[in-house]
Amino acid sequence: MAAAVVPKFVGTRVKRREDPRLISGNGTYVDDVKLPGMLSMVILRSPYGHAKINSINVEAARKIPGVVAVVTGEDLKGKLGSLTTAAPAEHIPYHPPLAQGRVRFVGEAVVAAIATDPYKAQDALDAVEIDYDPLPVISDPEKALEDGAPIIHEEFKTNISTRAQVASGDIDGAMRSADRVIKFRLVNQRLAPVPMEPRGAVAQWNQGSGQLTLWSSTQGPHLLRSYLAEILKLPENRMRVIAPEVGGGFGAKLNVYAEEVLAGYLAMTLKHPIKWVERRRENLATNTHGRDQIVYVEAPVKNDGTLLGLKAKFICDAGAYLQLLTPLIPGFSGMMMTGCYKVPAMAFEQLVVFTNKMAPDAYRGAGRPEACYIAERTMDMVALELNLDPAEVRRKNFIPKEAFPAQIPSGLVYDSGDYAAALDKALKIIDYPKLRAEQAEARKQGRYIGIGLCSYVEICGIGPSAMLPPTMKGGGWESATIRMEPDCKVTVLTGVSPHGQGQETSFAQMIADEFGIGIDDVTVLHGDTAIVQYGTGTFGSRGTSVGGAALMMATQKLQAKMKKIASTMMETPPDQIVFHQGTMALASDLSKSIPMQKVVDAAYGYKVPIPGVEPGLNESAFYEPTACTFPFGTHACVVEVDPDTGVVKFLRYVAVDDCGRVINPLLVEGQVHGGIAQGIAQALYEEVIYDENGQLLTATLMDYAVPKAEMLPHYELDSTVTPSPVNPLGIKGVGEAGTIGSTPCVVNAVHDALKPFGIKNLDMPLKPERIWRAIKSARKA
Amino acid sequence: MFPARFQYHRAGSVKEALGMLQQFGDDAKLLSGGHSLLPMMKLRLAQPAHLVDIGGINDLVGIREEGGKIVIGGATIHDQVAGSAVIRSKLGLLAECAAAIGDIQVRNRGTIGGSLAHSDPAADYPAAIQALEGEIRLESGSGARTVKANDFFVDLMTTAIKPGEILTSVSFTPHTARTGYTYLKHRQPASGFAVVGVAALVTLDTKGNCERVRVGITGLGPKAFRATAVESALTGKKPEAATIGQAAAHAADGIDALADIHASAEFRAELARVYTRRALQQAISTIKV
Repeated sequence: MAAAVVPKFVGTRVKRREDPRLISGNGTYVDDVKLPGMLSMVILRSPYGHAKINSINVEAARKIPGVVAVVTGEDLKGKLGSLTTAAPAEHIPYHPPLAQGRVRFVGEAVVAAIATDPYKAQDALDAVEIDYDPLPVISDPEKALEDGAPIIHEEFKTNISTRAQVASGDIDGAMRSADRVIKFRLVNQRLAPVPMEPRGAVAQWNQGSGQLTLWSSTQGPHLLRSYLAEILKLPENRMRVIAPEVGGGFGAKLNVYAEEVLAGYLAMTLKHPIKWVERRRENLATNTHGRDQIVYVEAPVKNDGTLLGLKAKFICDAGAYLQLLTPLIPGFSGMMMTGCYKVPAMAFEQLVVFTNKMAPDAYRGAGRPEACYIAERTMDMVALELNLDPAEVRRKNFIPKEAFPAQIPSGLVYDSGDYAAALDKALKIIDYPKLRAEQAEARKQGRYIGIGLCSYVEICGIGPSAMLPPTMKGGGWESATIRMEPDCKVTVLTGVSPHGQGQETSFAQMIADEFGIGIDDVTVLHGDTAIVQYGTGTFGSRGTSVGGAALMMATQKLQAKMKKIASTMMETPPDQIVFHQGTMALASDLSKSIPMQKVVDAAYGYKVPIPGVEPGLNESAFYEPTACTFPFGTHACVVEVDPDTGVVKFLRYVAVDDCGRVINPLLVEGQVHGGIAQGIAQALYEEVIYDENGQLLTATLMDYAVPKAEMLPHYELDSTVTPSPVNPLGIKGVGEAGTIGSTPCVVNAVHDALKPFGIKNLDMPLKPERIWRAIKSARKA
Repeated sequence: MFPARFQYHRAGSVKEALGMLQQFGDDAKLLSGGHSLLPMMKLRLAQPAHLVDIGGINDLVGIREEGGKIVIGGATIHDQVAGSAVIRSKLGLLAECAAAIGDIQVRNRGTIGGSLAHSDPAADYPAAIQALEGEIRLESGSGARTVKANDFFVDLMTTAIKPGEILTSVSFTPHTARTGYTYLKHRQPASGFAVVGVAALVTLDTKGNCERVRVGITGLGPKAFRATAVESALTGKKPEAATIGQAAAHAADGIDALADIHASAEFRAELARVYTRRALQQAISTIKV
């Protein structure tokens, strides 16, 4: 009987191997971790945007039966380091895990209660008495810059945390030689990442070994370990961080949070395991937010639509304290704001400004959605002002495919691309000329149909370590270990920390093909610093392009060793041996083979020493990328606006994405679907709202509008494939592309629909009332 | 999400529940589907010492026809109302409204009695109850009384229910011939509640004129109300587009419209007019004369 043929897995739609355990309730999230003697921690948070703390009385709280400890900022003074930012900034405020003397945003942690159960801990917090003196609040970053504005961190004597100025080419010359300079203001509103699983932490101190174990719903367990070790003043080799199942992160779980520090510290001092699980209200108020940039754009153009330059002034909200990457994100927005276009001159200025709000940080796209919004709203503004077709304006300004690798004015080098191909494909799918004719016809009938385009390019595979701030722990590299176990099964340890991306599936596909084995013969482990070698983690669409490349490097090392062993057994030079269907075979004649198991037996049994080969089959690699990758694509959508109610309805949504080579189309589509959902959410629905007193008005999911399925269109997905030359897999990355491409696409579509009213520039989210008001005032005029 | 300490009591009958209410007085709250009360308890905005669960009382669950009326038990879940063959064929407006509430999870827990007793200004049911002129039965230790829908909704989250009373059922007159209806709402994007919801019910006479017009509106003001100015403007008239539009223009008359982050008072009033016009048009378009 012939052996069953092992199929090839890369490029096929393998279902996520993670899902059965998650859907059947067999996953272990932080809240599922239960330890003997475990206590519960609950946090009392500031109800004020800005206030002086005169006194905190915890006496009554401490007396409640079952309450073990009630801790304030004063109790922790000098015992813990400040929460940190990894990015450089002129002014970095001291950020204690529990407020000391002053609170600066609604939700800031003030008191921690530890009790035998969370109900008693909450009882304790109800009994805490705090005397606050409310202080003037700044919730608008532009007002924070005004003379006489209240200063949030008095020691800096300014609300500006940091500033940046970047210029390239002759921007003043571009302004002078332009036929027109188109000026407008864009707002990327504040968003909440809202992972399905809120955050959580369980800390366990082993008094005997002096080791701290922390389970945390994090995107980067090693980074978290490094930062926590510093804050808790504990050596890294006595600290273990475990990211169990993590139910989404979107950037918000990259940050190092007060509760992780508190749980760790209190587990060490109280000598009991401590569990803290976030409530949704806490999630919305105290997880790092996203976006919150105001941009003043100036676009010098020729009358034929040629863009001569791009100038922007950014005011970026930093919130009250800088979180891990808060000052870093705006840089990506500035560096990428010229998008897919050849722009001879560029200049931007950024002010990162303190306000009495939670800090924005990385949120799916992290700076690139804002950049793309600038580039793509600019294209439509140019088309509108010059009465040109938006598709033609894009085509005219695209960096041509012959120009790659292409250096853009900010200095970044785009690896590969064919922007016109993606645009053409999208236009063909929606049948653009026919659609324009239908639109004209509909307008005659009083129907307002809009067509939106967005040709995006973004940065993935972050990245060369030099791309990250020198002050940041970890690097832009990634790590992998591969072990061929004695029974011919493979274990992979990856330094990335997937939390929905599906690398347990895609990495297994790669390895199965490399060794000619089944996908079930591969296990992928991640997210435990005691098991996995140091890794940087999952963010910036780097998991597969960087983590996958590291895995390929380790695999090649292992394969070289196995070939060396096989070559002694087969009496054939190693370079003539290939892995085939569970065997090691002669490349020129696959029938001449030995079972792979025999090679593995030789390596582990080692009864016959093999000269120049150590026993065992275990290889590691650390891959430092030489450059970032730049995925791109064109999204096109059709909407209809109801002029009586301002409601936007989707008629079609087409996405043509190019993420380079694809390992698993199903996973790619999943990423694109979710990304588009979040991008549309920004365009139409979501907005974190603080009032002028710094009160969070979108404090629950009854008010913060995460879209439901019925609020989203049917997605028509297609792709082009332009392999990246920067990594051995040709992969570009796809985790954020959907979010980046969809927001401007929808906003452009709505504005296109509103063109007959002369409405040019409405801010997101394009809520019905905002559109209705604009139509109403246009009709009056 | 950790409520304060409370005692849970499961009532086996209405009588037993009434006894518990009497015993615990103001310290007790009735629990049915729990969709309004439990979130408030989790935030400790409500801290009742005693919860009397009436959700398991058989007499309070179900739909029956009685003396020409359709009677729905107070603890009947929305999904059952939406899916009931009797309701769908004889009281279609209520089925349509029930199907528009929340999502499938909400419809499988939330109850008609709970919704009405809570009287959230943005709840869907009250619009249909007003348009259908439902009658709400309230029982207490001293007997039972029936309150008309229009008298039941008093003010923002305030109803005619007195301490010690339990909402046991709601009853309706079935739709008559030549009647069309619909429930249309502008959904609040986060909660799914009605920013404005309009329940319209129109009966035409044999000549095709509007014989009876009922319009219930929720979301606009502090309580759901009958838009009587709309009703009278259309009654007796031919249902032509212009006439419907003129009638619908009165939808927000005299109402002090609510405002929040999702819609200003001005926009809510406009939505009420637009949705009333559309609901009337749609209702009338379904009538087979």
